[in-house]
Amino acid sequence: MKNFSYVRATSVKEAVQQASTDNNAMFIAGGTNLVDRMKVFLDEPSQLIDITRLEMTRIEPTGEGLRLGALVSNTAVADHPEVRRSYPMLTRAILLGASQQIRNVATVGGNLLQRTRCPYYYDTAFACNKRELDTGCAALTGINRIHALLGASDQCVAVHPSDMCVPLAALDAIVEVESSKGKRQIPFTDFHRLPGDAPQRDTTLEPGELITAVILPPAPFAKSSVYLKLRDRDSYAFALVSVAAAVELADNRIKTARLAMGGMAHKPWRFTEAESFLVGKAANTETFQQAAELALQGAKPLEYNGFKVELAKRAIRRALTVSAKGGGIV
Amino acid sequence: MHPPENGKNHRARRNFLGQALTAAGAAIAAPSLLSQATSAQSEKPASIPGQGEISVTLSINDKQETLAIEPRVTLLDTLRERLGLTGSKKGCDHGQCGACTVLVDGQRVYSCLALAVMQEGKQIVTVEGLAKGDVLHPVQAAFIENDGFQCGYCTPGQICASVALVDEVKRGCASAVTEDFDNLPQLTNLSEAEIKERLSGNLCRCSAYNGIVAAVQQVTGQAPPSPAAAMFMQEAGVSA
Repeated sequence: MKNFSYVRATSVKEAVQQASTDNNAMFIAGGTNLVDRMKVFLDEPSQLIDITRLEMTRIEPTGEGLRLGALVSNTAVADHPEVRRSYPMLTRAILLGASQQIRNVATVGGNLLQRTRCPYYYDTAFACNKRELDTGCAALTGINRIHALLGASDQCVAVHPSDMCVPLAALDAIVEVESSKGKRQIPFTDFHRLPGDAPQRDTTLEPGELITAVILPPAPFAKSSVYLKLRDRDSYAFALVSVAAAVELADNRIKTARLAMGGMAHKPWRFTEAESFLVGKAANTETFQQAAELALQGAKPLEYNGFKVELAKRAIRRALTVSAKGGGIV
Repeated sequence: MHPPENGKNHRARRNFLGQALTAAGAAIAAPSLLSQATSAQSEKPASIPGQGEISVTLSINDKQETLAIEPRVTLLDTLRERLGLTGSKKGCDHGQCGACTVLVDGQRVYSCLALAVMQEGKQIVTVEGLAKGDVLHPVQAAFIENDGFQCGYCTPGQICASVALVDEVKRGCASAVTEDFDNLPQLTNLSEAEIKERLSGNLCRCSAYNGIVAAVQQVTGQAPPSPAAAMFMQEAGVSA
């Protein structure tokens, strides 16, 4: 990896100030993705600002919700009693992501900023608009079985790799960010972006902005929420498709439904139309199948990923069914 | 390969190789700096940083080590190439195989994805730090007793991961296959599926997985330890 200068920040203010003076600086926390990318020269920051000593390490109640400090480890979020109780789909998604070694150091903020695992992005022998704009997309005509079904462009068909972000999209989490210009909050579904003609940009973060926390709003409907992940091997692999689902029943009818998927698009994909369809319906296989059809009706399969359409529908049906029956392992 | 006669020789050889490589790199990049760089490296004590290096003090196996290293150097390379602690292995160097697993503040991490400069103030334990003198750690003893390896390359990582696994179960950490978060597995009823899932971040290309699972089952008290393993555990003052 290319060498860089190293600065250990002692406060958020100092960190964002430091970042504002150098366009090629990057923040580092867990580093599980960034260090890996630096090793293959995908990222060549001039300086790394170590933020791991900052005071963003707590999980705090906020009214009926929770505020996850950006530096809380994935392990600590998954094992937090209130997260397990109120947002079980979040705990399950984190536990299904990566390995214990990664989860111990990977952080809340860093998880949001993972970059795609598209093999053509990692292999510099191939064209990739995300790596270098206007060079082409080798995945479009390559082996694209893991690639996007929804929201892709002719510039990029990569998918966002995070598990944790899928329930965060379903839960309407809020991302708190800060820069030398001030603080702002970004609704989770606006945080990641579609590739369009700027696939090099994964998120709507502005240069120099630092994620300081993710806020989980109260979610009484999520007590029986589930996360289903389907992949090529049974553990420690990225999702082909994954589903975060929550079904809340009242009088045998669906009162609230939440549905989001990973492995489908350049961002965690929220199916608000299918959610609206589900409300008021009876919780049965036919209803869930219809919701799945509705969710996938805009899917645009590539040469090798057509199997994911049916896989996604079945995953949706199964996840909704298990959540409606009280949740647990899918 | 024969072990070196003593650690010092071993370390000296590694340092020589490191300097030779550095000098070769410098010769390509900036010939005018070559003589300056090599003479500076041979004369200065390790703790005074050279160009691009910073002074870092690490606590490794209860010993303080002060080194001058570039910020880009990983913890794994620091252990292996600078400190002669070659127990931690470099398999993939990308956080996929687990051979480099060490404990940082009691938690297992991949040392290949950790920058050494970021580890100041943390307690690092490598496989070399697990035994107490000649007394093996119970997990090490159980790996021997249960044939938890074949070629041995992944073993230091598997052992460090297993040491952490036992602690995680005691602390009530769930795994992806834990069915009920209100009813977490205990050491004595930790299923084979739980052990495999919790060790999925460590690959064994010899596929000694059955022996590894058996070793963990023995350490967690699910299988009666052999007399030798029982003795190791008693001497180490550890009960599962």
